[in-house]
Amino acid sequence: MESLIGLLVAAPLLGAAVLLLGGRRLDRAGHWFGLAMAAVSFVLAVALFFDLLDRAGEERTLHQHLFSWVPVADFRADVAFQLDQLSMTFVLLITGVGTLIHLYSVGYMEHDERRRRFFGYLNLFLGAMLLLVLADNYLLLYVGWEGVGLASFLLIGFWQHKPSAATAAKKAFVVNRVGDVGLSIAILLMFTTFGSFAFAEVLPNADSASEGTLTGIGLMLLLAACGKSAQVPLQSWLGDAMEGPTPVSALIHAATMVTAGVYLVVRSGAVFDAAPDAQTVVVVVGAVTLLFGAVVGCAKDDIKKALAGSTMSQIGYMMLAAGLGPIGYVFAIMHLVTHGFFKAGLFLGAGSVMHGMNDEVDMRRYGGLRTYMPVTFVTFGLAYLAIIGFPYLSGFFSKDEIIYAGFSKGGTEGWILGGVMLLGAALTAYYMTRIMLMTFFGEKRWQPDANGHEPHPHESPLTMTVPMMVLAGGAVAAGFVFDAGESFVHWLEPVTGLEHGDSPVSHGQVSIAATAVMVLGVAGAWFQYGRRPVPVVAPTGSLLTRAARRDLLQDDFNHAAFVQTGSYLTRGLVYLDHKLVDGVVNGTAASFGGLSGRLRRIQNGFARSYAVSMFGGAAVLVAVTLLMRAV
Amino acid sequence: MSFPLLTATAVAPALGAVVTAAVPAARRTTAKWLAFGFSLLTLALAAAVVLRFDTAPGADRFQLTESRSWIPDFGVRYELGVDGIGVAMIALTAVLIPFLIGAGWNDADPVEGEAPANRRWRPTQGFFALILMVEAMVILSFAATDVFLFYIFFEAMLIPMYFLIGGFGDRAGEQGEEGQARQRSYAAVKFLLYNLAGGLVMLAAVIGLYVATADQLPEGTFSLQAILEARQSGELDFAADTERWLFLGFFLAFAVKAPLWPLHTWLPNAMGESTAPVAVLITAVVDKVGTFAMLRFCLGMFPEASEWATPVVVGLALVSIIYGALLAIGQRDMKRLIAYASISHFGFIVLGVFAMTSQGHGGATLYMINHGIATAALMLVAGFLIARRGSRLIADYGGVQKTAPVLAGTFLIGGLATLSLPGTGPFVSEFLVLVSAFSRWQAVGIIACTGIVLAALYVLLLYQRTMTGPVKAGLEKLPDLRVREIAVVAPLIVLLVFLGVYPKPLTEILDPAVEHTMSDVDRTDPQPQHDVSEVEAAE
Amino acid sequence: MNPQNYLYLAALLFTLGASGVLLRRNAIVVFMCIELMLNAANLALVTFSRMHGNLDGQIMAFFVMVVAAAEVVVGLAIIVMVYRSRHSASVDDASLMKL
Repeated sequence: MESLIGLLVAAPLLGAAVLLLGGRRLDRAGHWFGLAMAAVSFVLAVALFFDLLDRAGEERTLHQHLFSWVPVADFRADVAFQLDQLSMTFVLLITGVGTLIHLYSVGYMEHDERRRRFFGYLNLFLGAMLLLVLADNYLLLYVGWEGVGLASFLLIGFWQHKPSAATAAKKAFVVNRVGDVGLSIAILLMFTTFGSFAFAEVLPNADSASEGTLTGIGLMLLLAACGKSAQVPLQSWLGDAMEGPTPVSALIHAATMVTAGVYLVVRSGAVFDAAPDAQTVVVVVGAVTLLFGAVVGCAKDDIKKALAGSTMSQIGYMMLAAGLGPIGYVFAIMHLVTHGFFKAGLFLGAGSVMHGMNDEVDMRRYGGLRTYMPVTFVTFGLAYLAIIGFPYLSGFFSKDEIIYAGFSKGGTEGWILGGVMLLGAALTAYYMTRIMLMTFFGEKRWQPDANGHEPHPHESPLTMTVPMMVLAGGAVAAGFVFDAGESFVHWLEPVTGLEHGDSPVSHGQVSIAATAVMVLGVAGAWFQYGRRPVPVVAPTGSLLTRAARRDLLQDDFNHAAFVQTGSYLTRGLVYLDHKLVDGVVNGTAASFGGLSGRLRRIQNGFARSYAVSMFGGAAVLVAVTLLMRAV
Repeated sequence: MSFPLLTATAVAPALGAVVTAAVPAARRTTAKWLAFGFSLLTLALAAAVVLRFDTAPGADRFQLTESRSWIPDFGVRYELGVDGIGVAMIALTAVLIPFLIGAGWNDADPVEGEAPANRRWRPTQGFFALILMVEAMVILSFAATDVFLFYIFFEAMLIPMYFLIGGFGDRAGEQGEEGQARQRSYAAVKFLLYNLAGGLVMLAAVIGLYVATADQLPEGTFSLQAILEARQSGELDFAADTERWLFLGFFLAFAVKAPLWPLHTWLPNAMGESTAPVAVLITAVVDKVGTFAMLRFCLGMFPEASEWATPVVVGLALVSIIYGALLAIGQRDMKRLIAYASISHFGFIVLGVFAMTSQGHGGATLYMINHGIATAALMLVAGFLIARRGSRLIADYGGVQKTAPVLAGTFLIGGLATLSLPGTGPFVSEFLVLVSAFSRWQAVGIIACTGIVLAALYVLLLYQRTMTGPVKAGLEKLPDLRVREIAVVAPLIVLLVFLGVYPKPLTEILDPAVEHTMSDVDRTDPQPQHDVSEVEAAE
Repeated sequence: MNPQNYLYLAALLFTLGASGVLLRRNAIVVFMCIELMLNAANLALVTFSRMHGNLDGQIMAFFVMVVAAAEVVVGLAIIVMVYRSRHSASVDDASLMKL
């Protein structure tokens, strides 16, 4: 069975190679080939899953060593895979949601002349993401890590003729690179500390290193996770990333890639467990992002950007849970999976709405769509109920567990974390209801698009609605399945460990409180957007609203702090290089030139002056000779 | 006496240069094919060198050696020989030249109607003959194990390079024909003077080396092998001052060639003004002689002085990394941008050389090879683009991917390799250099890491400004890459990916040489704080 | 007679020739003064030859004579050509040796 792991990664990579190098003759059928490759890896993943289920809990780790990658003296990096319960969970999510979104894209991208290339990029993403979660060492993980970054860059900028898309793509890549510096330094620290960066050698021995080193490694891993998972302070790229086609937003920027940071933290759990300071920072980052994303999500009128704010916020939940240590790891991953279902479903629904509305993204120009797009409405609605934590849907189970884990932290911290997360839950209910109401309810506020075409909303084709239905099904049922007999907890426990803190409140009390704040949030949104008509042009709003619309001024800060100073710095350096460094060189050359100009004047061309210098020279020579002899 | 394979590898392109130069003016195409043929012959011979090289443990350090007396009065010998590093560099050179010839196929054709009456005017023949001549000199520099012989080839390659930079450039530009020619001759003279000045200092050091060895050994020698052996056996032990001065003399010449900040300003001029293949020749092949010589001559012959100079050299390397990248971000001219990016990369190479760990030396050598190929890919595609539009200014482009998707795609891959994306060769080498720097001095490693972000910035800014967005006026009919151009770029890209995924064949060749260099400088790799393997063994 | 006297004579002749070269303007006269210096040197060589009792100096003197003869041939030809083109034989007339 082990040999299937390599195939799992290879299938989508092969798809990418064929589609990208195949040229135009593959235009007609290429997308089906891409879909087939994604499906092949899903089938392989399912086969491996059942193989794992057949084994006992402790033996559910498969290894496949392909070849030695970079052997230089003591530095040994291998291309080798490790499949355990944690990576299996990710593999199923990635290939499952990935295949669905491939199918959706067949319909969504139907009229795009570069559809073949789109599928090539999607396949490339799948391959890189699988590499990321299957690698058995950090350096190979890094390859997948940057590979998904590349795929994300290519897909965000897929409509490259739009300058905004190209800028967003570059921004995403560069911000991610800042995170990658963190990952690089973490790997370097591991190498100098443990002489290796393989999971099998670093993680079991983590507590043998000093706490300072481990804190360093932990913080650097967190920096990497912040970049990839759009956590504060490296969150700024995610909103702009919505420039990409919607299936991309669903797959990469909601369900899978952005959760890679959570994977990294959970995978490196042993390091964080031994470095409490680093854990505290993870929790703080998670808590701050949770609120940050939610606030931004409340203010955006662009449906995809509102959902992007929500994604940040939800990953904040996961990050916070991961920072709690063994109390939270399992629930971070559980929320990650359920979030994968409902958020992908929400994005696909948003894509379906845009598809029917001439690619309009401003929710103020939607309204009353529920009768025109019944399937989209129902699937979107189910995912909506799941994300706000409607009782007994998937979000209810996973989010409550995280909130409960937060309280379990104990003491004042526990109350603060629990309170923050409950506030986040209220905000979630508020902004999601807002989206729901502005899009599907109320009166029609449709506007003609830039070319003057009136929108004619219609339901999307089957290739698009089927994935939405499947995902909605998942959003509804996943919670039940995971909760039944605590199956998910038992499945992951051997890898991540599990502890029960002592919570001051009971499970039931948390559920009631969460449901209560959810109702509050829904009610708040209904009062503002359901009871009275929504203006087509956004009102000026309060100071906070305006700031939130500008992503809480993060871009303005980045612009002033980095872009502006950076551009002054480079311009200054270009000037200095020209004037100073080159100036010294040219100055030396010029002074030699000047000197030889002077010397040249001695050569005046008059025979008698030459004769004088000859005689003078001879006289000097004679004099010197005589003097030397005298001495 | 066995067949002198190394000499043959160098003579082939030299012969090719003579033959190509002799082709009559009207038979330009013949000259091109002849030059291409000879470069392939060289490649075949270089392949033979690689195959004949024995990587088994315990094999000789220098292999395929040749030794003939040349100037017996001064102990100068014609001594050639290669270790793993030399083999790899010769292979890089031999691989790149056919692509450069292919890429520059039409670069030196006389413009219609501008040919002077003189029927002996043969720019095309000259262009290819000069490239082959440079190849011959570079191969000899990589193979020479006699310091004086090395010096001769090190300097001799300047002459054909001078004519390549000064004589051939992109057609027209913002300053017009005449301004262009003035800029070109400025760049060529600057190149020549910089390198001659460095070479002059080195000549003094070469003579000093002879005097110093003559002091202690039975007779003075230039032979690297003899000097290394005498050092190992303790017969030769320079006084600290002598060694430092000699080191500085050699290092200065190599630092100019490399080029290291602040001796770098000739490179952007030279690369900017010359045609793309010549720019690649400068940065990917000729400059590598500088970093290669640091590794072989500076570290090998003057280990103590190298250690003494390490803080300063590493500081300069760091400055080069950051400074080169920042300046690359600020450039308006895409060839100068690539030149500054190269300066940043040379900083990494020097850092790897002077970190003095196995990973550093292996990484630096891999870096030389990967950087050569990556820059070649990026620069040649940039050259194709420039030839289409007739401008080097980034601002004159936009939306190229719409009209020429293959060109944009290859440009992006070249760029991604330049920013060391994992999965391409440069990543492996850059990471090895970072590992080595970090394991010696953590702070240096961390500062060098920031180069990663800056590299992403300058590459992606370049890509965004030229390839994306709305199609710029005048570019609507931009033709995509032709078959010849794809044939040039595609193999380079395949090589980049191959070296990124499976660099083992290369590291196997390099490993013994790296070990020898480490024993020359008498250093060992820093050990991890908690060696996991030891812990396990104890249990 | 004391051979040193010949050396004094040679020195005197050389000084005469040198001052002639430096002070006179007419190319022909300058030329003759150069010949004078050459012959002064010849005289010194022959004297040394006599003083040291070997033939080296005399051989050198023959060399100098040959060179002087050749020089006269070339030099006079140049002077004549210059005179023809410029109608003057003054060495200060123009900076002939500079482009």
